[in-house]
Amino acid sequence: MSSAAEAPLPVVGQRGLFWRRLRRHRLAVISLFVVGGISLLCLAAPLLAPFDFDAIDLGSIRRPPSLGHWLGTDDLGRDLLTRILYGGRISILIGLFAALIGTGFGSLVGAVAGYYGGRVDGALMRFTDVVYSIPTLPLLIVLASYSQAGATSMAVTIGVLSWMATARVVRAEVLKIRSMEYVEAARGLGATNARIIGRHILPNAVGPIVVGATLAVGNAIILESSLSFLGLGVQPPTPTWGNMLMDAQSTMASQPWLSIFPGMAILLVVLAVNFLGDGLQDALDPRAETR
Amino acid sequence: MTGYVVHRLLQMIPLLLGITVILFGVIQAAPGGPEAALLESDRFIDPAVIEAYRERLGVDQPVPVQYAKWISAAVRGDLGVSFSTTRPVTEMIFERLPATLELMGASFLLAAVLAFLLGVVSAARQYSWFDHLGTSASFVGIAMPVFWFALILQLVFGVWLGWLPVAGTQTVGASSLGDHLLHLILPATVLSLRYVAGWSRYLRSSMLEALRTDFVRTARAKGLSERVVVWGHALRNAMIPVVSVMALNLSGLFSGAVITETIFAWPGIGRMFVQAMFARDYPLLMGILLLGSTMVVVFNLLADIVYGILDPRIRYE
Repeated sequence: MSSAAEAPLPVVGQRGLFWRRLRRHRLAVISLFVVGGISLLCLAAPLLAPFDFDAIDLGSIRRPPSLGHWLGTDDLGRDLLTRILYGGRISILIGLFAALIGTGFGSLVGAVAGYYGGRVDGALMRFTDVVYSIPTLPLLIVLASYSQAGATSMAVTIGVLSWMATARVVRAEVLKIRSMEYVEAARGLGATNARIIGRHILPNAVGPIVVGATLAVGNAIILESSLSFLGLGVQPPTPTWGNMLMDAQSTMASQPWLSIFPGMAILLVVLAVNFLGDGLQDALDPRAETR
Repeated sequence: MTGYVVHRLLQMIPLLLGITVILFGVIQAAPGGPEAALLESDRFIDPAVIEAYRERLGVDQPVPVQYAKWISAAVRGDLGVSFSTTRPVTEMIFERLPATLELMGASFLLAAVLAFLLGVVSAARQYSWFDHLGTSASFVGIAMPVFWFALILQLVFGVWLGWLPVAGTQTVGASSLGDHLLHLILPATVLSLRYVAGWSRYLRSSMLEALRTDFVRTARAKGLSERVVVWGHALRNAMIPVVSVMALNLSGLFSGAVITETIFAWPGIGRMFVQAMFARDYPLLMGILLLGSTMVVVFNLLADIVYGILDPRIRYE
């Protein structure tokens, strides 16, 4: 691999550099395949799953893993593998949407505060401080108890409470970029503020934004499962990894596979997402060595 | 330094006021209000009874009036009366606080000791099998859902091995200090997991940086033993940023206590919070959220002060 990387390449764009750096991060590449693979399997659940996710089979309840049911069955005889695949669709989608909402809002707040400065900055950042000071999980629990939890409201609630770190990071980036000469040049050419922020500033802050968003996906998946564990998540019969764990906790001793496999699914996806974030951090840093 | 602390303490006032406004708004947004809990029962309830109930709780007045009343009482240390028990919220909180502080303290100590051992040793032997194992374990620790880890520990150490109790704070009829400490082991382990993982990673990278500095080279050149160099010279400098992160994370322990206490039936604030949520006991929820937020604000200040004490290069204006 080193010979390919060291071959003389006269012109390489930022995108090319990014892929090259990411490829060197072997764990990140494996993680990318793991996350992508699991997501695809879950998305294709209706095609792949051997059973229906709510197909009750009272003739084979609480079966340990076997050839017929690879991961066993639950107390209604539903196939665990099928439910993990279907549950993953909801859990992963909630993670993605929550991260998208949180990152989008956080970037907007951070960019506006950093770009305009002065009183706008003061007001927005004090607001950020206030929300940041409220313990997230307890506040999330209260908010989640208000709504009849569906996947969408779950994602929105988690997203609404996970923008503060992004806002601070993006603001700091924008403060750095704002005084660059190319921004000055764009302003001299008559670009509007919105265009400068959207076209010249945010794209150059993409590194920390993407890394933050990646880590936010894992975080949101964990939060979803914590809320489900307290009975505040997406309600059955729709399976999510969180509410499968909630159902399984009372039978932990007698049917441990019902808790172990959904937990492993969460662990695997969050682990891979975090490794990916780690790799992206190195790959997206424009100051990193370019070899 | 004193001037700086006073300045920061004054800054806390508008911050805490802002927090109370947001919390009050969140609690006000609750659908159905406190009478919803009454209406959930199947019995028919006379609307006049509901109205009287709302009046007694003071929730029939406009929101700004309610807030003004609440905040003027709150600054005098009165957080209102619990809907579910009709006892003062502060009294209920102070009753449960010791159990939570004990759990938080034990977890903090456990996490600090393990994180320092892990972090220092894996930095001193970078790329050894110990380092690789520690790094992998930390990533797993951070990615693991806390309650799932708790369930597995309960299964292994409680059910299969039968070594440790899995719920409560003492064995009924056989309580002793030793028995109490046994009950503390699993909850404290669960609550500290995330911080062992996070802090040890952080200390490791901070140590690696310190081990490359000139003063460490000098210490080695003087002929000091590797142990003195690592644990004396390098660690003392490497721990400065880590200790302030530890102070910052103290408030995270409070959030974590909500889940941990619920799983292990630990009679602290976190468990009471979940019960209050199900009972729609809004004054109690508000009080606990305010306590948690205050902890965050205070621990942030503490983190900055600790940083200033440990690092003589920092000068506060």
